[in-house]
Amino acid sequence: MLSREELTNIISGLVPGAEFPEGKQLLEVIVPAESYFSLAEKLKSDPKIAFNYLITQTAVDFQTYMTVVCHLESTEFRHMVVLKANLTDRENPAIDSLTALYPAAEYFEREIFDLFGIRFNNHPNLKRLFLEDDYGYPLRKDFRDEINIIER
Amino acid sequence: MSSNIFDFATLTGSVHSWLSGMMSSGWVIFTEMVLVGLVFLLMYALIGLFLVYLERKVCAIIQNRVGPNRVGKWGLLQTIADLIKLLLKELIPIRKSDPLLFNLAPFIVIIASFLAMAALPYAKGLQAIDFNIGVFYVMAVSSLGVVGILLAGWSSNSKYSLIGAMRSGAQIVSYELSVGLSLLAIVVFSGSMQLSTIVESQANGWWIFKGHIPAIISFIVFLIASTAEINRGPFDLAEAESELTAGFHTEYSGIKFAFFFLAEYMNMFIVSALGATVFLGGWMPFHIGEWEGFNQIMDYIPSVVWFFGKTFFLILIIMWFKWTFPRLRIDQLLTLEWKYLLPISLFNIVLIAFLVLMGWHF
Amino acid sequence: MSEEIIKDVIVGENEDYIINMGPQHPSTHGVLRLEVCLKGETVKYLIPHIGYIHRGIEKMCEANTYQQIIHLTDRMDYLSAHMNNEAVCMVVEDAMQVEVPERVKYIRTILNELNRLASHQLWWCAFGMDLGALTTFFYGLRDREMILDIFEESFGSRLLHSFNTPGGLMHDVHPNFQNRIKEFISYFRKKLPEYDQLLTGNVIFQERAKGVGFMSKETAIGYGVTGPSGRGSGFSCDIRKIAPYGAYDKVQFNEILETGGDVFARYQVRMAEMRESLSILEQLVDNIPEGDFTAKMKPIIKLPAGEYFRRVETARGELAVYVVSDGNKSPYRMKFRTPNFSNLFVMNEIAAGCKIADLIAISGSLDLVIPDIDR
Repeated sequence: MLSREELTNIISGLVPGAEFPEGKQLLEVIVPAESYFSLAEKLKSDPKIAFNYLITQTAVDFQTYMTVVCHLESTEFRHMVVLKANLTDRENPAIDSLTALYPAAEYFEREIFDLFGIRFNNHPNLKRLFLEDDYGYPLRKDFRDEINIIER
Repeated sequence: MSSNIFDFATLTGSVHSWLSGMMSSGWVIFTEMVLVGLVFLLMYALIGLFLVYLERKVCAIIQNRVGPNRVGKWGLLQTIADLIKLLLKELIPIRKSDPLLFNLAPFIVIIASFLAMAALPYAKGLQAIDFNIGVFYVMAVSSLGVVGILLAGWSSNSKYSLIGAMRSGAQIVSYELSVGLSLLAIVVFSGSMQLSTIVESQANGWWIFKGHIPAIISFIVFLIASTAEINRGPFDLAEAESELTAGFHTEYSGIKFAFFFLAEYMNMFIVSALGATVFLGGWMPFHIGEWEGFNQIMDYIPSVVWFFGKTFFLILIIMWFKWTFPRLRIDQLLTLEWKYLLPISLFNIVLIAFLVLMGWHF
Repeated sequence: MSEEIIKDVIVGENEDYIINMGPQHPSTHGVLRLEVCLKGETVKYLIPHIGYIHRGIEKMCEANTYQQIIHLTDRMDYLSAHMNNEAVCMVVEDAMQVEVPERVKYIRTILNELNRLASHQLWWCAFGMDLGALTTFFYGLRDREMILDIFEESFGSRLLHSFNTPGGLMHDVHPNFQNRIKEFISYFRKKLPEYDQLLTGNVIFQERAKGVGFMSKETAIGYGVTGPSGRGSGFSCDIRKIAPYGAYDKVQFNEILETGGDVFARYQVRMAEMRESLSILEQLVDNIPEGDFTAKMKPIIKLPAGEYFRRVETARGELAVYVVSDGNKSPYRMKFRTPNFSNLFVMNEIAAGCKIADLIAISGSLDLVIPDIDR
């Protein structure tokens, strides 16, 4: 198990432009959307860190931008990292799919697409998972459904 | 034989002579046929209903439950209540099914089991038709049921039903061989296919004792193969509930479903009765060699009690199988038959022929 | 694909024979639809369709307070209701930096293990039934009843307890609590061998389970298959060991790992876990310290702005809760990483090429709870 500093040093050497916010519960890496996939690939393949287990992948809508959040763990060393990428385009948000690296990502990404409308490039089967095709994206903060959801 | 009071031939004979005094011989035969038909119909319904009740009680005991206990004393009327419910239920028509075959299938299944009942010797002198090829006849008509099952699966226009029917076809065609060969073992011993002769030949000891090792082998093969032939657990792949919802009778409702249900239980009865007749001496009492006193006490038990006692013993064994074993997979089912049971039965037949030739049985 | 299946029975040279298993099917244990493509009896591929009971729990969380959210989590994996509650409680306690009393930790751990036992018993019942051994159902339910009675006595409800609150428990346990558990332990120690006699040793069962539905360790990690299903493939993923919470650091227990990767290995893991849970209960039940049943909490809980992440081991695997708070009394975003969601989607990978009956065995051995997938 590597300490936070060691991990920070290794990861900052992998891709340029990675930010490491301070004061978080877990180690976080924020990368531009372009280097998101390449960082994940390196995180997985680097034998010193070997983040081979995608715990969960989700998204958060911060109103001005959306963030894709991946929680990665190494089953060998048991350290964790939170990989984040911010998407500023709310109309057509798109980011690379991690399905090629983690098979689990296929359905996590379908769920994100279903609930947030974020498109994933190179995804093998990007269809809605729970909801109908003409339903909105309910976990976006600007989603309104007057019939089913009572506003407080 | 001292137990002439229990000989049903005296009863049937007196009925025959009473009828002959009243009408011409042609009408006598017609009346007797109607009477026998009615008796069988009644018996069929009663045994069927009782078997359903028995199964529910037996499985309740095995599963730490009480079972039906509300309708009537000990829930005895529960199956009658169920029957009334099934009679009143709607017969749901299936879109794009083949109506003729769809409606015909349950009748084929039930007729097959009804035909087989005619040839069984129920007690001394109580047998409707004593064919000289009795064993062969029972096997032939009881395997007609598979036609009904295949038709039911095909005509339902349901994918689950079709898979169930195909499984059932493969299963019955395979296991018919082992059932036949294991019964053939006793035919070789007794030298006859006539069921009454087979029973008579066991007056001094049942074939399972007289035929020792090969008879026991063929008895076990018979039990396994006949359980498979009547589509009961652990061989109930045709209606495998957790896989195919209800297999070939998924789409049936009401009384048509009840026909399949009843036929399944009656097939169990027929198979057990055949096993009891061929291996366990039918209505013959249990005798031990020279123990005259013991043998005479046994003779005082009516032959019909012996017959039904043995049959229900086998039925309980088959029920015990169902409620304790998991279900086999289709390839394992066929492997069991073609790789194990069939070679064993074939070898067993050769062994028996040798034993009979050398006179090495009792 | 869904447009194509509304056809009549298709049997042809090049056309697929597709059957829909579910949403109403005896073996799917809930409203899951598996679109199964068959070739004879063999499964060519299958596509899971979910969302029949999607209730939008994550969306509902955004409008509710943390105390209310606990009641929603019950409804995800209803057989691990207590673990689900605890996950939310721990995330809140972490964020508020509240130290819960020792007594609470012990009781929570005991409840975790009781819940795990109840869940594994129900799995054993249903698994036997999937394979056609109908009697297992009643044996398992008979023993599960005792656990549910313990729950009922202390919390007033049998399945969905919502007994945890942030900072502790709703109220103290019933005075009879420890005795009932001891009674249960001695009773179940005698009954557990019956399970093996009825099912494990059966030749037909072993034939059906061994070598079926093989899942390699790499597949398990790749698809994120956790819990007993993952551990059956040798994937060490027991959160109780990796990041001990509650009183798990005070007890001796082993993480059960099997390397077989087939249905039988997953079965063995769960059977061994039942024994392990009993031994954890034995170690804890006499040592519950005296003290308060809850820490002092403010009536209105507002998490400091930030992101919080917490994992617990439920009966089916790893439940992770991810909360983004903006300082209000409701979370800004709440994500549940439910174990069954990941466990389900490995099915196509391991079931392709097997028989229909094997498909049922595989889905039984993954122990899926559908509301947990749909949320």
